Amino acid sequence: MKNTILRAGVAAMVAFASTAALAWEPTKTVEFIVPAGTGGGADQMARVVQSVIAKHNLMKQSVVVINKSGGAGAEGFLDVKGSKGDPHKIIITLSNLFTTPLATGVPFNWRDLTPVQMLALDQFVLWVNAATPYKSAKEYIEAAKKAGGKMKMAGTGSKQEDQIITAAIEQKTGAKFIYIPFKGGGDVAVQLVGKHVDSTVNNPIEAVAQWRAGTLRPLCVFDPKRMPYTAKVTEKMSWGDIPTCREGGLDVDYLMLRGIFMPSDVTPEQVNFYVELFKKVRATSEWKDLMERGAFNQTALSGKEYADWVAREEARHVALMKSAGFIAGSK
Amino acid sequence: MSQGPQDRPAFGLKSAEIGVALAFFALGALVVYDSARLGAKWAEDGPQTGYFPFYIGLIICVSAVLNLVRGLRMRPERDIGFVEVGQLKLVLSVLIPAAIYAAAIGWIGIYVASALFIGFFMRWLGKYAWWKVALVGIGNSVFFFLVFEGWFRIPLPKGPLEALLGLN
Amino acid sequence: MDELQSLAHGFAVALSLKNIALMFVGVVLGVIIGVLPGLGGANGVAILLPLTFGMAQLPGGTTSAIILLSCIYWGALFGGAITSILFNIPGEPWSVATTFDGYPLAQKGRAGEALAAAFTSSFVGAFVAVIVITFLSPVVAKFALEFGPPEFFSVYLLTFCAFIGMSKEPPFKTLASMMLGFALAAVGTDPVTGTLRLTFGSMHLLTGFDFLVAVIGLFGIGEILLTLEEGLAFKGTSAKLNLKVVIETWKELPKYWLTSIRSSAVGCFMGIVPGGATPASFMSYGVARRFSPDGDKFGTGMVEGVVAPETAAHAAGTSALLPMITLGVPGSPTAAVLLGGLLIWGLQPGPLLFIEQKDFVWGLIASMYLGNIAGLIVVLTCVPLFAAILRVPFSVIAPVILVICAIGAYTVHNAMFDVWMMVVFGVLGYLFKKLQYPLAPLVLAIVLGDRAESSFRQAMLMSQGEVSVFFSNTLVGSITTLALVLLAWPLVTWAVKRVRGD
Repeated sequence: MKNTILRAGVAAMVAFASTAALAWEPTKTVEFIVPAGTGGGADQMARVVQSVIAKHNLMKQSVVVINKSGGAGAEGFLDVKGSKGDPHKIIITLSNLFTTPLATGVPFNWRDLTPVQMLALDQFVLWVNAATPYKSAKEYIEAAKKAGGKMKMAGTGSKQEDQIITAAIEQKTGAKFIYIPFKGGGDVAVQLVGKHVDSTVNNPIEAVAQWRAGTLRPLCVFDPKRMPYTAKVTEKMSWGDIPTCREGGLDVDYLMLRGIFMPSDVTPEQVNFYVELFKKVRATSEWKDLMERGAFNQTALSGKEYADWVAREEARHVALMKSAGFIAGSK
Repeated sequence: MSQGPQDRPAFGLKSAEIGVALAFFALGALVVYDSARLGAKWAEDGPQTGYFPFYIGLIICVSAVLNLVRGLRMRPERDIGFVEVGQLKLVLSVLIPAAIYAAAIGWIGIYVASALFIGFFMRWLGKYAWWKVALVGIGNSVFFFLVFEGWFRIPLPKGPLEALLGLN
Repeated sequence: MDELQSLAHGFAVALSLKNIALMFVGVVLGVIIGVLPGLGGANGVAILLPLTFGMAQLPGGTTSAIILLSCIYWGALFGGAITSILFNIPGEPWSVATTFDGYPLAQKGRAGEALAAAFTSSFVGAFVAVIVITFLSPVVAKFALEFGPPEFFSVYLLTFCAFIGMSKEPPFKTLASMMLGFALAAVGTDPVTGTLRLTFGSMHLLTGFDFLVAVIGLFGIGEILLTLEEGLAFKGTSAKLNLKVVIETWKELPKYWLTSIRSSAVGCFMGIVPGGATPASFMSYGVARRFSPDGDKFGTGMVEGVVAPETAAHAAGTSALLPMITLGVPGSPTAAVLLGGLLIWGLQPGPLLFIEQKDFVWGLIASMYLGNIAGLIVVLTCVPLFAAILRVPFSVIAPVILVICAIGAYTVHNAMFDVWMMVVFGVLGYLFKKLQYPLAPLVLAIVLGDRAESSFRQAMLMSQGEVSVFFSNTLVGSITTLALVLLAWPLVTWAVKRVRGD
């Protein structure tokens, strides 16, 4: 009798050991680092992921979201960089993955991390106040040229995505803007509604409320293709009706990475666990709702394709920021 | 001298004033130095990165000098004790354990460190019975563990004991 | 009277047994969050946000979910005052100004009175703000749109000038202390150019000095060290421990009606703009000190000095929800998280929310009335309990306070470095108190330094370096002028006295 119990125990242990070898699973709470403040786009996405995982029981252990926004996100990246081999830590990135080390000189690079999964790409739209006469990107750029560098562009943060787009527009068209950095996308949208600035490059979700209320007007989207969402957002227009900037002769495109990374020196099994986890997350209706509401570009890559994409994007950021003079110590 | 050794000033008000003023000056100088490095001019489109910190540092230095002069010119009769030996002992009897506690959090985790710290405090300063010491010390840590790790899901620093118990 | 009808409808939505239960749960959770420094309202709401995700998908669930979250917010607003008064440790940034008179009151054995006054005036402030939200939201939302960077700077300047007056401390110590605050606020990333400054290559300094870490150290630890000199006893042991103290305090409170009105107005203004609850509490305290007949005695334990900041903080905290709902601009960090919550639930805050989501908006507004009443009931009945904490012997409570401080400092950024900084600030607080370097200007400078500098430089970018932008229209011009007048006022009165030869 005793023997059978022992044997069953051994069998169970063997079985456990073999599954452990097959599929790695987290053995403690997973820390989900957000290198940005509470309430922003990355934070919202992380919290949706967290609640989707909890609600659908996608993982035995739970996820905690931790904001580490200091130094334009450097705090969060350095934390993950310093946690070599820790499979219980993941980080969601914004463009600050590229821009922060370049603009501040803080020593980290995406190669210090392990790319796991691209979740989506965030769109940028050129917005003006609806009371202004500009109906297209072209008209606005012409007006900006005429104003001789007096037009004000508001954006989130300094030497980050919004300012990079602004710099790219300046380089392509020769128009000049005064770029004014604000703390959050909501502030930026309201500054435009209040006519304190002339235009913004807000993400769709940051300005959609004002668009629907008829106070802001989208001119073009900085994506090579139009957005695929055809449900009416305002009375007349859907996201898909906004022309691309290329169509309007403004040859600039920019998409922001919303992707997941892990610390370096983790095993392929561990990476694979998270790839599978996010596959399940992306299949839920909650996730699809979020994508539609924020009019996200739903490109989702993993593995080598993802790493290649990140490498290309890094090179592009270096080029863009170099020509704009945003690189630390290059003044 | 009718003063007991405990009432004797550990150091005088004058030296404390001078010390703090000097520290302020050093700090102000540091701020000025780093701001000047970053650029502290008024550019065409407004102040540069270091503009405000530069003047802030400068004002710190100026006020530090004025406070220093005030301290140096303090008349001897006003130079009463800044802190008495007995008082200083009491203050240090908390400050030193508190500093050790802060250092220990990194090593053994906040829960164990807190239990030990509270225990030490109650036993050494309060002379409580051991069972009370253990009850409050451990009870406090268990309570905070439940609140933070369980309820709010905020991970606080943990050490070898939690790892042993499989709690992290 | 459309509003009244909608409001009645809102009450019908909010008044279900489940929602009322949620209100009490939320308020209790919020009070706990408010009491623990570091675990601020924003954190608390963010942590509980995923819980509401499933809730929001039931019919009428978004209302329940926002009721739960907003009640956590009210609870945190109430709770911040508790540790400020009892231990001189502000649980939340907006209760720093409450320590100035609340803690001295507790030391005199009047902790119960201070708590009752704080809670009641919080309620009054919130109530005024909810009435403003109910009836004036369209007007007020338009007003908030008038605020660009120059206007924001003028508001911060006004806060500063309202608070800084002639103090008893030596002027150059006040100046040194204030500038130290500004210097600490400047550490980290420059908000306008993104350059790192005053970090000296240290990765710990990237995040800058958090206001809460400084305050926990300067006030909390510093105070414990000072108390130690006097021996191992807290002075509050004679605190009254029954509910009669609430009634007695209520009898006294109507005396301060003018302060209440002024503070509510300051709070609503700062919440809507949105300037924030913390500046509002400082501004209100400063204004009350200046206009009260007992202004000289502020800081020694005046009930009025508790009423003013608490009323304003709560009025600002509540009215900060208005720009969030109508414009999608959060007026406070907690409102920012609530905003994220709305988006996750599929609601789009903005001008159309009032039209498209009538049930939700009016349910929320009705719950603001009800939640605050629930909050008041909870905290007032607990006054004797809170005051009883002061009877715990020092050698037990002091280490527990230190542990709470350490946890608080750690949770701000999840960094051990902050725990160290807390100890350093504690020593600093002790030295400064003994050498008459005032702490309040330092703290205010840390709060305002960053924001004032960003809005100043944003304004400069807009005007291309023209300082005259601060007088460029009536709104910004009058706020700036008011600020300068307030700043100069003590100098003028002092000069007049001098000339008369007093």
